[in-house]
Amino acid sequence: MLVKDIVNKLNLTVFSGKDGLNKEVNNAYVSDLLSDVMGNAEKDSIWITLQTHKNIMAIASLKELSAVILVKGLKPAEDTAQQSNTEGIPILGTDKNTFEIAGELYNLLTK
Amino acid sequence: MKHYRADFHIHTVLSPCASLDMSPINIINKAKEKKIDIIGITDHNSTKQCRITKEIGEKNGIYVVCGAEITTKEEIHCLTFFEDLSRLDDFQKFIDEIQPNIKNDVQRFGYQLIVDEAENVLEEEDISLFSALNVSIDELADVVHNLGGLFIPAHIDRQRFSLISQLGFVPFDIDADAFEISKNTSREKMIEQFPYLEKFSFINNSDSHFLDTVGETFNLLQLEEINFKSISYALKKLNN
Repeated sequence: MLVKDIVNKLNLTVFSGKDGLNKEVNNAYVSDLLSDVMGNAEKDSIWITLQTHKNIMAIASLKELSAVILVKGLKPAEDTAQQSNTEGIPILGTDKNTFEIAGELYNLLTK
Repeated sequence: MKHYRADFHIHTVLSPCASLDMSPINIINKAKEKKIDIIGITDHNSTKQCRITKEIGEKNGIYVVCGAEITTKEEIHCLTFFEDLSRLDDFQKFIDEIQPNIKNDVQRFGYQLIVDEAENVLEEEDISLFSALNVSIDELADVVHNLGGLFIPAHIDRQRFSLISQLGFVPFDIDADAFEISKNTSREKMIEQFPYLEKFSFINNSDSHFLDTVGETFNLLQLEEINFKSISYALKKLNN
């Protein structure tokens, strides 16, 4: 499934990194500890978090993640969004909390 | 120039996780016993025990640097220090504005007490000092620096509540005056991992929650005289 399909099906906001909307998504990872994501997230995953610091883009790029979803209506910091545009890794948003959006994404990716 | 011993990271009975014998007078006496010259009072998300500790310190020849250990919204612990009590009070006002109104659960987390020199309880803080404040690490650095203070991310190599555990690595552009590291690592190891930190000072402190550890770990500062300006200057120069 592509990032843009997930955006449409889960009604997500696209904050930045539009160039990456055609990236393939094979899996997802949920964590707010960046050291944990760095150690455990798989390539081509979408990452659900509440962290908005610029370092999330460095981790997403390093781990070759497809996109980041910010939960609970959180918005990326300005320099985080800039980095997302530079890297071409989209930052997406939802008003839902982590449990709800992770559940919806789980259904989407496993059915 | 004289050498002074400084332990910048000490919690008092105001921190829920600190032992109940961490009263200002006990901390000052322990610092004297361990021949520590300078101590930092850094309770979680509060500066309210600093004033009394500073007064007791002055009577006993211990210089007290006033501040707090702030939990940012990323759940990163950061040490902050201020030159005088008026700036400390300004910083406390800032904390009050961004502190979530969650009551402390004494049974689970412990007492949060402000006590005087004779260990009488003056006040019990009922807002939980354990929760994260609504401020990002970069915003906190700005607020502290605008008040002329020192901003030092705490125990950055730890597995929890640290810059590295929460943000994966030290951000390239972080506006820190120094970094605190634990005994499990060294300046050399940190620079090997993050070469861009070479220009920074690294400090080691006791992070005392119990009396026994006060002054167990300290930094040696070379100072003309003890005051906030000379301490900050020496602290930033520890890398050379």
